[in-house]
Amino acid sequence: MKTANKKHEPLFHITKNDAIPMTKAIGIRVFAILIALILVGILSMILIKENPFLIYKAMFDGAFIDVWTLLQNTALLLMFGLAVIPAFQMKFWNLGANGQVLVGCLSAIACMKFIPQKFPDISNGLLILIMALASILASCIWSVIPAIFKAYFNTNETLFTLMMNYIAITMVDYFVFTWDKTGSGTLGIVNLLNGKKGWIPDISNRYVLSIIVALIMTVFMFVYMKYTKHGFEVSLVGESVNTAKYVGINVKKVIIRTLLLGGIICGILGFLYAGSVSHTINKEVGGLGFTAILVAWLANFDSGVMLLTSFFVVFLDTGSKYVSTQFQLNSNDYANIVVGIIFFFVIGCEFFIRYRIQFNKRKSKSIEEREEA
Amino acid sequence: MFTSILVNAIRMGTIFLFGCVGEIFTEKAGHLNLGIPGIMCIGATGGAVAISLFGATVSSPVLVFLSILFAMLFSALAGMLYTFLTVTLQANQNVTGLTLTTFGVGFMKFFAKRIYDQKLFVSLSPAFQNLFGLKDSTNPFVQIFLSHGILVYLAIIIAIISSWFLKKSRSGLYLRSIGESPATADAVGINVTLYKYVFITLGSAIAGLGGLYYVMDRSSGTQIAEAAIDSFGWMAVALVIASMWKPLLAALGSVIFGGLSILDAMLKTLSLSQQKIFAIFPYLLTVIVLVISSVMKNKNAQPPAHLGLPYFREDR
Amino acid sequence: MENNIALELRNITKRFGTKVVANKNVSLTLYKREILSLLGENGSGKTTLMNMISGIYFPDEGEILIDGKPAIIASPKDAYSYKIGMIHQHFKLVDTFTAAENIILGNNEPYNLKIVNSRVKDIASKYGFDIDPKKKIHEMSVSEKQTVEIIKVLYRGADILILDEPTAVLTPQEIEKLFTILRRMRDDGKAIIIITHKLNEVMAISDRVSVLRKGEYVGTVNTSETSEKALTEMMVGKKVDLQINRVLIEKKKPLLEIRDLSVKSDVGTNAINNVSFYIRGGEILGVAGITGCGQKELCEAIAGLRPISSGAIMHDGESIIGMSTRDIIKRGISMSFIPEDRLGMGLAPSFSITDNMMLKTYGEGKTPFVDRKTARTRAKQLIEKLGIVTPSTETPVRRLSGGNVQKILVGREIESGPNVIITAYPVRGLDINSSYQIYDILNEQKQKGVGILFVGEDLDVMLALCDKIMVLCHGEVMGVVHASKTTKEEIGLMMTGSLDKSEIKEYGKAKDSNLSEDEWKKIDKETEDM
Repeated sequence: MKTANKKHEPLFHITKNDAIPMTKAIGIRVFAILIALILVGILSMILIKENPFLIYKAMFDGAFIDVWTLLQNTALLLMFGLAVIPAFQMKFWNLGANGQVLVGCLSAIACMKFIPQKFPDISNGLLILIMALASILASCIWSVIPAIFKAYFNTNETLFTLMMNYIAITMVDYFVFTWDKTGSGTLGIVNLLNGKKGWIPDISNRYVLSIIVALIMTVFMFVYMKYTKHGFEVSLVGESVNTAKYVGINVKKVIIRTLLLGGIICGILGFLYAGSVSHTINKEVGGLGFTAILVAWLANFDSGVMLLTSFFVVFLDTGSKYVSTQFQLNSNDYANIVVGIIFFFVIGCEFFIRYRIQFNKRKSKSIEEREEA
Repeated sequence: MFTSILVNAIRMGTIFLFGCVGEIFTEKAGHLNLGIPGIMCIGATGGAVAISLFGATVSSPVLVFLSILFAMLFSALAGMLYTFLTVTLQANQNVTGLTLTTFGVGFMKFFAKRIYDQKLFVSLSPAFQNLFGLKDSTNPFVQIFLSHGILVYLAIIIAIISSWFLKKSRSGLYLRSIGESPATADAVGINVTLYKYVFITLGSAIAGLGGLYYVMDRSSGTQIAEAAIDSFGWMAVALVIASMWKPLLAALGSVIFGGLSILDAMLKTLSLSQQKIFAIFPYLLTVIVLVISSVMKNKNAQPPAHLGLPYFREDR
Repeated sequence: MENNIALELRNITKRFGTKVVANKNVSLTLYKREILSLLGENGSGKTTLMNMISGIYFPDEGEILIDGKPAIIASPKDAYSYKIGMIHQHFKLVDTFTAAENIILGNNEPYNLKIVNSRVKDIASKYGFDIDPKKKIHEMSVSEKQTVEIIKVLYRGADILILDEPTAVLTPQEIEKLFTILRRMRDDGKAIIIITHKLNEVMAISDRVSVLRKGEYVGTVNTSETSEKALTEMMVGKKVDLQINRVLIEKKKPLLEIRDLSVKSDVGTNAINNVSFYIRGGEILGVAGITGCGQKELCEAIAGLRPISSGAIMHDGESIIGMSTRDIIKRGISMSFIPEDRLGMGLAPSFSITDNMMLKTYGEGKTPFVDRKTARTRAKQLIEKLGIVTPSTETPVRRLSGGNVQKILVGREIESGPNVIITAYPVRGLDINSSYQIYDILNEQKQKGVGILFVGEDLDVMLALCDKIMVLCHGEVMGVVHASKTTKEEIGLMMTGSLDKSEIKEYGKAKDSNLSEDEWKKIDKETEDM
């Protein structure tokens, strides 16, 4: 009997741990980031053959060389994240922010390009309004289609939204080639030589607008998720569909409504790209969509925390890009590796927050065993 | 004209086929690996490493062998990293996969630039391109079936073996049961964790060959850092759905997907924008398959029931 | 005689945690070539005991002997190596696989479906199963799935079969068929343990009966030498006086009237069949029955969570059929169902107590915002009133102990001021003090004129607390008895289907109904047209 017990008794036992103190959880994450940074330092040292502290310093300096761009990029990433968190909170894996922003931007650009051609006298204000509405409408269509199929037919939303991205990307490609008569495959800055029609006026400089919009959206989303009835329903559906039905929530309606909200945010973002950030469209416009998924997940779908995580990622990205130019490492790719490594560690460390490893000294008593049918 | 479209479609489709069959293995194990595009990039890097290390010294067959080995090794390691994070550390599959893709693209571009020697790569590419030496034949049959490089045939062989494995072998049955219901598999004594490690890693290794194929065969060694391997990777993920998780259908689908993605370059009579519209069809097709199979509740075309969900024994 | 024994349990004890003793000193003998019934109320430890034989749990004390030799069964795999196979209540099958594929899963034999199919067919024809090995599980009926589970076990060469409530999901015809097969297996030399609650089935199928009560072994009798009445006494034990006060108040009008209600289960069988009853204000109507005899479906149907197939549900004279869950809540009907895992329905585990307090009321008020302030006050009041042990109102309920979680659920439901309370297993897993607190709360509500439907497990409690008890068996009403005029044995017989009082008397139609007979007839007609 003794030997049998030994044979079947594993060395350790993993259980869920939901009562970890906040400070400890943060401590684990910081520790993981530190290890990742050390690894990045070692790697960079091998590649650059420089003192790693010099590299860290360059990274830090580099990130803050152009503070406005840093902040604008943070704002853009943040808005992408805000678009996906309500869906994520509901356990609806919306990977489609990318495509939703693209179609929004595409529609806005279409309005910007063609309405002034047909109606040369249109006022700029009206044009901008039409652009905004067109963008929001397009994005909403893009996000609501997978939602409807999820709600009524339980169609896998992860795969569906993923595919919607690529349909959007190829559409952009098609229209850019259609509209661009030069055959260069790029659209160029729209209306640059046409009185800047459809351009949203700058607030002091061209970065501020998106930063302000992002901040307003963050506050809105924070309040929406934490203090409104809608937000309460979203969390409840994510927590347990059965309980949501039990208290009388129409789950289908909540899924569609929530994705509509994500679509509106993507629409605004697409409109900002068209009217303020880039004044043009290309496949890269939606590119932050995937990074935003990581940022939202890191923030545990909390819009307040996402201010920090999106800044952190943009900081890393900008800083490592600077390092790679400073030390002749070739552009963006070094940054992707750095961000990737740090993410791997942060993703991995979540395990030590969510689970507890118990080493067995004596016979373990499993929690689940109390069930008796 | 038709022959040349078909030949090119097969060649283009091979990239998707590798990625797709690899992804089918991981999805059958219940894991949606969105890192496949990155893993294909890492595989390409592995192949490139072999070529720059041994290209000047060993004979072509040995080189081909070594670069296949390296491509599989690199991508298997990346797959193991994914498996460790998502299986052992129970990390979210989507987040891990997307991170791996970001990392893989950066990894390829960064290292490829350091080891890539265009002259060497281009000069060695024929070793990968013309297995039977019949590339220049004008006979349509030979063109379609016998004019390709070794990796094209390897992809098809892998697809056939995989199809047999999943449908007819005992391990294949066990693997499928894990993707459908890990708790059931666990209850009948199947080692769920071991199976996941083995087959996600194997799937990654297969996908990695797609990267090598693109660099050394499809693009004749002319590009690596500029290659859009990740976007081919996403096509491969789409193909998994369109082929309803069946490797043989994937082989057929890869030719269709391949055809649709090269049609733009082939149809010179169309305007540039008209050519572009063809690129939308693979994704549209995929969405249609996804929607129809869920609306019809067709059990044979559904994703594995436990796809994307973590399995933690005590949650049973 | 020694080699005639297939399996012997000696002094088995199993504890969960420090408090719960699931099995205490149980000894049991199973002979070859026999069918042994294991009888006991819910929570008497039958399934735990069987899980120890099939390798899911490991006993804390005692030993298991197989063929006279001590055996160590630490996993289901070990159990198979001792030729023991268990057929669980919840089937473990892969839906998209065929029967044959499921049968060989994990069996590590060469993968040749032709051989498997023919072997399966051999087994099937030997014992009289009806099975198509090539059919997929998702295309099968419940009884077909059960057949697959049984064949899966036989295929692995099991000589000892354990069936955990195999008849619960079957129709009478299917049960008859299963019994024929079981008898054939017995005659072939297999030893079979069957867990069931239904005494008529026990009498029909088994050679001997072993009875467990509250985790302890009561005794074993030969089926031919016992009666249903004697078995019931063994199962329920002597009546225990619980000192729960039954408050008597004046009779009020019926609040909830249910007539000819039929409801389907998840798998499509009739879970509730033609059930009629009514609850008056100021009355506790108990529902007694073996787990799975339709209680859950009944509760869900009243709460608007499950569509009904026919019948009428009238609240205060108005039909609530087809109303949304939310409207039913608004009418003052509260439903709380404590499932076996306790956290299943009614609470959101990772929400705070405050947020759980407002699960049903968050939509009140005209602003788009939730009123957390009021909810927090209510949470505080509830914590104080019921003595809920928690660090704060903002603690996720998942972190609280079971008793405290249930107090929050029951407390919230009652605090919402309902006029009808439907509560299933509100004291499940609670210690005595917490249980009494819940009984007090229910009595308090009763005095306020609330009508209560109390779905319970413990007959002693129901006899003391309820005014009337409706007994369900297999989704049908066996009768409604006055708690003060009945005995435990009578209810036990009705629960197990041995006594059907509804054959003698028609139940469930209040003389002072809110509707006239003509109105009822009209409704009858309408529902017929449905």
